[in-house]
Amino acid sequence: MGRSAAALSDGKLKRTTAASPKRPRRRRAFSRSDRFTLGVFVGVPTAIHLLLVWIPATLTIYLSFTYWTGINYSDITWAGLANYDNIFTKTPLFYDAVRNNVIWLVWFALISTPAGVLLAYQIDRQIRGHRFYQSAYYFPVVLSLAVTGIIWNFMLRSDGFINGLIGRDISNAVSFFGNYDINIYVIMVIASWRHVGYIMLLYLAGLKAVDPTLREAAAIDGATEWETFRKVVLPAMRPVNIIIVVITIIESLRAFDIIYVIYGTSAGLPILGVLVFQNIAGEGASMKGAAYAVILFVLSIGPIIAYLRQQFREDVS
Amino acid sequence: MSVVARGRKQEVKDRVISAFIGVFALLWLFPILWTLWSSFRPYSEIRARGTFSLPERFGLFNYADAIDRMELPTYLWNSALITVPAVFLTLLFGSLIAFVVSRYSFKFNVGMLLLFTAGNLLPAQLVFIPVFRMYLSIGDLVGNRRFLFDSPWGVVLIHVAFQMGFATFVLSSYMKTIPKEISESALVDGASVFRHYRSVMLPLLRPPLASLAVLMTTWIYNDFFWALVLMSTDRKRPITSALGRLTGEYVTDYNLLAAGAMIAALPTLIVFFVLRRQFVSGLTLGSTKG
Repeated sequence: MGRSAAALSDGKLKRTTAASPKRPRRRRAFSRSDRFTLGVFVGVPTAIHLLLVWIPATLTIYLSFTYWTGINYSDITWAGLANYDNIFTKTPLFYDAVRNNVIWLVWFALISTPAGVLLAYQIDRQIRGHRFYQSAYYFPVVLSLAVTGIIWNFMLRSDGFINGLIGRDISNAVSFFGNYDINIYVIMVIASWRHVGYIMLLYLAGLKAVDPTLREAAAIDGATEWETFRKVVLPAMRPVNIIIVVITIIESLRAFDIIYVIYGTSAGLPILGVLVFQNIAGEGASMKGAAYAVILFVLSIGPIIAYLRQQFREDVS
Repeated sequence: MSVVARGRKQEVKDRVISAFIGVFALLWLFPILWTLWSSFRPYSEIRARGTFSLPERFGLFNYADAIDRMELPTYLWNSALITVPAVFLTLLFGSLIAFVVSRYSFKFNVGMLLLFTAGNLLPAQLVFIPVFRMYLSIGDLVGNRRFLFDSPWGVVLIHVAFQMGFATFVLSSYMKTIPKEISESALVDGASVFRHYRSVMLPLLRPPLASLAVLMTTWIYNDFFWALVLMSTDRKRPITSALGRLTGEYVTDYNLLAAGAMIAALPTLIVFFVLRRQFVSGLTLGSTKG
């Protein structure tokens, strides 16, 4: 009766239930009121989700092939690939944005994410002060980005801490946010400030599930801590590793808030996530903003599928 | 090398590692501490005597000023008006879907879970233009333009629609660990679907619901983006969007802004210190399947 999805997903349970005499009653006949309840339970949330997430997403894809001022529905005219053509061939800013997104991804992949993972590993080993360290590193994760922007402005503005530290006053201060050669790296420091703690937390939870005897065995066999981490812990953490890689990619692609806090929608630091809004506010007549959103979406499909495959491996098979 | 020598060597190494991580931990906290320190000083003093000058006036005056100029009660109420219903509805809807998907075997179960989880991962940029237009059109349809647009309910709904996916995913993973015999005995007793949900499953879901509630509260409270684009009246916006009120037109009193930031961060800091365990487990529930 009412076999759960959990039972379905588990091969062993499936066999036992299949063999039991309960099998013919697999399809329970629901009473009318039960059917109504189930309909509401599933229907209401699904309707809201579809109406505000999937349908708008589909509409954006459609709009990216049109010209529209965004006011009257009758003004929508088909543009074919014009918006995309404009982006790829006539908008150098697009390539600046791509470059910044790539820097973002590489920085996260090579620096922030590994730092979070190593930190988690050390904290999980309960080195001295691990409780304090854990709190310190995830403190930034709970702050609103609006607050984060203000905090880092204190460090980096022309009469801020860093400029004071290197002995510059307002007249010859380093413009950390305004200098195009360095501002993406400055932003990366701020973004990492949050990302490291986030990854650390996710990884810590995974590490708690690793059988401690594995590690002890490795230690007895004479493996160093580094060898244990690389050859025992890392392989055992494969599922979490995949999730973390996916999160790193997705976060790098949709990076937006922190830049929005600091620069608004100006082109102070072009990045794909911001270009979407810049083009909605500015060049009203085209739907270039929608096209940017679709480009962003196409780039995220890969990681999204990887994430779903990891999380639903057993359910789908 | 003997085991003892190796152990001692590791001990030395551990100290070095601990010290290294410790130095970085202080660096990590420094920006927050510096902002906190500055929030107790007048900006005029810093302009006149430099960033590193010793404080002459030191106190809570920036806070009093910020509370006044931010109209704190109004904006905190706005935040509550968005956060509380959004968290409640997210958990309600998430638990309903998770309940049906994990307790009844319909063909669409896995598909539903995929749909919700994937929806949660879509970039917000992808839905923004149509949602904005949809809100205006629904408003025109019911004869009140501000029915969803420029209303806390519009912001609530978009948060619910997005976060529901995460809640569903977390709760359904958790429900899979609850033995199905519990459900079966309820069904044998002839309980209706509603009672099965309300009296059997919901009480068992308390731990993940608590974690999710804490996590969702911080996420939704911290968000400023949706309120900024879906609301046009500044006085209706939540406190995180209202921080902008403290930036002056020509000269910004940064230390006043610092006090404002600390005030806006206070609710999340309380969560951080008081409900830390729930926060952490909420964040990690989703990534590691229960």
